[in-house]
Amino acid sequence: MALEDLCHFRDIFQEDITTERFSIASAISSQESPSAFPLPTNLPFTSSQTVPLPFPMAHGTTTLAFMFQGGVLAAADTRSSCSGLVACPASQKILPIHSHLVGTTSGTSADCMLWKRILARELRLYQLRHSRRLSTRGAAKLLSHMLHPFKGTELCVAATLCGWDGGELFYVCSDGTRLEGMLFSVGSGSPYAYSILDQGVRWGLTVEEATSVAREAVYRATHRDAYSGNFVDVFHITSKGWTRRKREDLKEEYYREKESD
Amino acid sequence: MEYLIGIQGPDFVLVAADNVAASSIIQMKHDYDKMFKLSEKILLLCVGEAGDTVQFAEYIQKNVQLYKMRNGYELSPTAAANFTRKNLADYLRSRTPYHVNLLLAGYDEAEGPGLFYMDYLSSLAKAPFAAHGYGAFLTLSILDRYYRPDLSRDDAVDLLKKCVEELSKRFILNLPSFTVRLIDKDGIHDMEKLTLSGEMSGFWFWF
Repeated sequence: MALEDLCHFRDIFQEDITTERFSIASAISSQESPSAFPLPTNLPFTSSQTVPLPFPMAHGTTTLAFMFQGGVLAAADTRSSCSGLVACPASQKILPIHSHLVGTTSGTSADCMLWKRILARELRLYQLRHSRRLSTRGAAKLLSHMLHPFKGTELCVAATLCGWDGGELFYVCSDGTRLEGMLFSVGSGSPYAYSILDQGVRWGLTVEEATSVAREAVYRATHRDAYSGNFVDVFHITSKGWTRRKREDLKEEYYREKESD
Repeated sequence: MEYLIGIQGPDFVLVAADNVAASSIIQMKHDYDKMFKLSEKILLLCVGEAGDTVQFAEYIQKNVQLYKMRNGYELSPTAAANFTRKNLADYLRSRTPYHVNLLLAGYDEAEGPGLFYMDYLSSLAKAPFAAHGYGAFLTLSILDRYYRPDLSRDDAVDLLKKCVEELSKRFILNLPSFTVRLIDKDGIHDMEKLTLSGEMSGFWFWF
């Protein structure tokens, strides 16, 4: 993907089928306010206006991330839902971008995965060009500016970028929001998670306590929210990079709690 | 949901904005700063649609700085306000209009203090006091009643406090704190954040 763009390679087969769409996209992109950042032109810009979505996209999630003395902790459930159907009970909603940056994803799974890969590519190119890594703040701004032309379309990406250059946490949304903070929760289950986190999260937590609060928050959210569930992933980011905890089945947590009652 | 207010005195402008960054029913941040520093003596307060606010305000901010770099001197508040309005107007009938409501406050050596009210339809008005948001409906009459052109700085802060108290009493949404800044010939000064203590809002609830 990266090499293809760098060499400006256009697949001939693709071009035959979608020439019309390319011409619309290029006409529109020339009218857009010119941005210094070269937008990838082989993505279907106009998909929302000319082509209706073939099926309802996946949206429901509980993801959360917070900063504490031991670094940044990110946790998410693993259920991918499509209206009432659980399309995948074991999807990955926390995607590593590079060794010291991890992003939680919420919104349309496909959009999130694509844009995370595009962000990873651009960060790697930046690193190669400038011999230093772009800060988390810079990555958040880059993602926000890349998503801006798609504002008003069906694109739905709500990501929390958790990085380590001193530990930073940014929330970036496809509607243009970009916020810096110490604690964020995103998704349909986020209100439930917020209430647990607001009670339990302090700066002075140990890593075990923080992991336990994060797991608890995701567990409670998955209990109440129909669109979150199945497993929980926990990532911990420090100056040495990110580490991942073994994926846990929340069904077992539920039965464990029932037994102890 | 969001609230901006500006009060102009004889040699200063006092501005305040709430600190809530919300996403549907959730307050995502309690300490969000809605003021953008355009130059040493000009502030742009910006509320409106989620991404548009930051995109538009930063665009204006960088262009004002560019003007200074190119020409060696800064834009006056009147010029900056008109530049902002022109940009809003240009985008208004494009495919991507910016849905933002603005207050621009500044101090100029030649013209003195200035407060400019702009809205998303790119109207521009220089006003002695102004407010944006649902809170404006509750506070503009207070400003009408108590404003005088020769307000001292303390009087202006008291007037601002009156407005904020009215919001805590009658506005259904919780706006717990406000960033306050004052612009005068010496530049932009950060003032103490206005916060509403829990017991005060609890007291008024029973009325």
